[in-house]
Amino acid sequence: MSTFVSEFKTAATRVTGDARQRQFIRTALGNYEIARDKRKASFQSWESARQAAAETKWQAINHLDTHLESLVAKLEARGTKVHWASNATQAREIILKIVTDKKARSIIKSKAMTSEEIHLNDALEHAGFTVAESDLGEFIVQLRHEPPYHIVFPSMHLTRDQIRDLFQKELGDAPSNSPEDLTMVARRVMRQKYIEADIGFTGGNFAIAETGMISITENEGNARLTAALPKTMITLLGIEKVLPRFSDLALFLPMLATAGAGQPMTCYNTMYSGPRQPGECDGPEEWHVVLLDNRRTELLADPEQRDALHCIRCGACLNVCPIFRNVGGHTYGTTYSGPVGSVITPHLRGLQDWKHLSNASSLCGACTEACPVKIDLHHHLLHNRRNASMSEPSFFEKLAYKIFGMVANEPVFWSLAKKIGWLTQPLQRAVKGSALDPAKAWTKTRDLPTQPLESFKDWWRNRK
Amino acid sequence: MSERENILGRIREALQFDAPLPGSHGHATTDHAVAESPASHAREWLPSVSTDIGEQFALFAKNAADLKADFQLFASRDDLKAALVKISATEKWQRIASHEGELSNFASQSLGLPTLLTDHGYDVQAMERCDAAITECDALVAQTGGVVVTSRSTGGRALSVLPPHHVVIARRDQLVADLPSAFALLQRRYAPDYPSMISFITGPSRTGDIERILVLGAHGPKKLTILCC
Repeated sequence: MSTFVSEFKTAATRVTGDARQRQFIRTALGNYEIARDKRKASFQSWESARQAAAETKWQAINHLDTHLESLVAKLEARGTKVHWASNATQAREIILKIVTDKKARSIIKSKAMTSEEIHLNDALEHAGFTVAESDLGEFIVQLRHEPPYHIVFPSMHLTRDQIRDLFQKELGDAPSNSPEDLTMVARRVMRQKYIEADIGFTGGNFAIAETGMISITENEGNARLTAALPKTMITLLGIEKVLPRFSDLALFLPMLATAGAGQPMTCYNTMYSGPRQPGECDGPEEWHVVLLDNRRTELLADPEQRDALHCIRCGACLNVCPIFRNVGGHTYGTTYSGPVGSVITPHLRGLQDWKHLSNASSLCGACTEACPVKIDLHHHLLHNRRNASMSEPSFFEKLAYKIFGMVANEPVFWSLAKKIGWLTQPLQRAVKGSALDPAKAWTKTRDLPTQPLESFKDWWRNRK
Repeated sequence: MSERENILGRIREALQFDAPLPGSHGHATTDHAVAESPASHAREWLPSVSTDIGEQFALFAKNAADLKADFQLFASRDDLKAALVKISATEKWQRIASHEGELSNFASQSLGLPTLLTDHGYDVQAMERCDAAITECDALVAQTGGVVVTSRSTGGRALSVLPPHHVVIARRDQLVADLPSAFALLQRRYAPDYPSMISFITGPSRTGDIERILVLGAHGPKKLTILCC
């Protein structure tokens, strides 16, 4: 068993056993669902909006080359420096070089899952730079030296008491456990950092091919400040973030807010089209945009699952997933958790190592239903299961199915098997889940239904 | 070969095969091509907005209140001035930041406080010490209760987020019905030479990162006031 599977199983067992933690997560996500449903109901037609959003992303992704060329041409025309990175190493090298050339002392960052993907903070800190996460949730998990728990709500697993204790220990400042007071502590700590930072680092939610803009969605204003005050701005963006037209945002911004957090609009939706332009009074002198592939093109090469690149990282599928709600975000051990993470991680980091995530699903389809861009998530989990067993079939699995096929195809064998099954039932119950039970991996936590002596077939034959 | 060519090459190679259309569960492909601009009918699906201007103002007021922004509509500039002076007195403003503009000049002159103007560059520390920022806007959006600002028309990038209280001074004719109208307006006004930053501000800065409980003023302004006449 690969270490990733065993780590997943150990963590899942631990978290599912923690009833308080599960209750806490369920309450938070239950409240999210209420708010989201209210916002969805305010749409004249959420379903038509979903279909249009899905078709828009389909268009964007299926003409990705022309859209990227247009985006880059427009960005460069206004003085933005665009860099291309095929993988995480190249992206880190590009960013480290910019930061080193600028002789930067401190870097302020707003939330970017792509930076988690390439482990940017570790690389920057290793090279001797100070990095401050400015999003409150990211700031909290950074203080705990932990990855974000959820792609939209990074610190949702922590209680106010835990955060107070953390602030007390790390910052020596925590007047009370009230969310208001704690937020103000973070506000105070961060204020001077925006002003002093040499580099502002951001991610991006959408890239507009038509106008050459990068749109950033946030509630706190930290990305606004990050893109306003430091002299150099760096934006790291997955190549799949493109949208064809400026006006597409009129649909995507309210949909992202609704699906992501049950808001009508996120507080700040900001489109950047260049560094400070002639006649403008502030903004960075230089803007570097790093476009990241990191195996997205491999996902693109699979037409069946290409729509996974439509993902706008709203987190809706995580929020409704019964598995995510019970095993929590850290159990996945991946940058992107929940259903969409389970679908894309095997493509981004290796199918055999991460195929177990395809089974971290009840296939209930809640994720597919919740997705604002109609990614066929739960079918893709099945596709990954199929692909994994086709590319590296398991000998015992194949043998077991072969024997089952033989038995099930022969009525004589089948009725014999039914009799044996009925006869050995008490024996199975006696050893259930113990070392003697050959099926203990399954039966340890599950009961076999009682098998009656008379099958349906018998009953049908004997009925009056 | 450059990394750009490598990545574009991989993309072109990958796109040799068509992907099924969304919502078809893998069945339909490009045979039924998608509309040229699938999102162009967004207005028909987004939350509905009346065509009546009075109702649009009522909707804006309701949405702004839900966002915990303070929206006030005045019959005359004198009323607006009186309201602004009152807010300034209540909050004991000592200094403000603003930018050149017909409405913003009117507002900052009515207060008579020391005013930092951003138009020709400014000291960031000095702006941080200001009690409020007074700006104009490009549009008010009835559908969301938010305002649209840009780096060119409203005093740069930092002015609307750094001081703790953001006051927007707007004219009645700046109200647009919905998001599609706001994007169309920006396109008419600026394309192809857009300001380097365009921001849709929908309520004061907020966070829910601690137990998903709403707190205003995470990093941006704790208060957003929209005065319109």
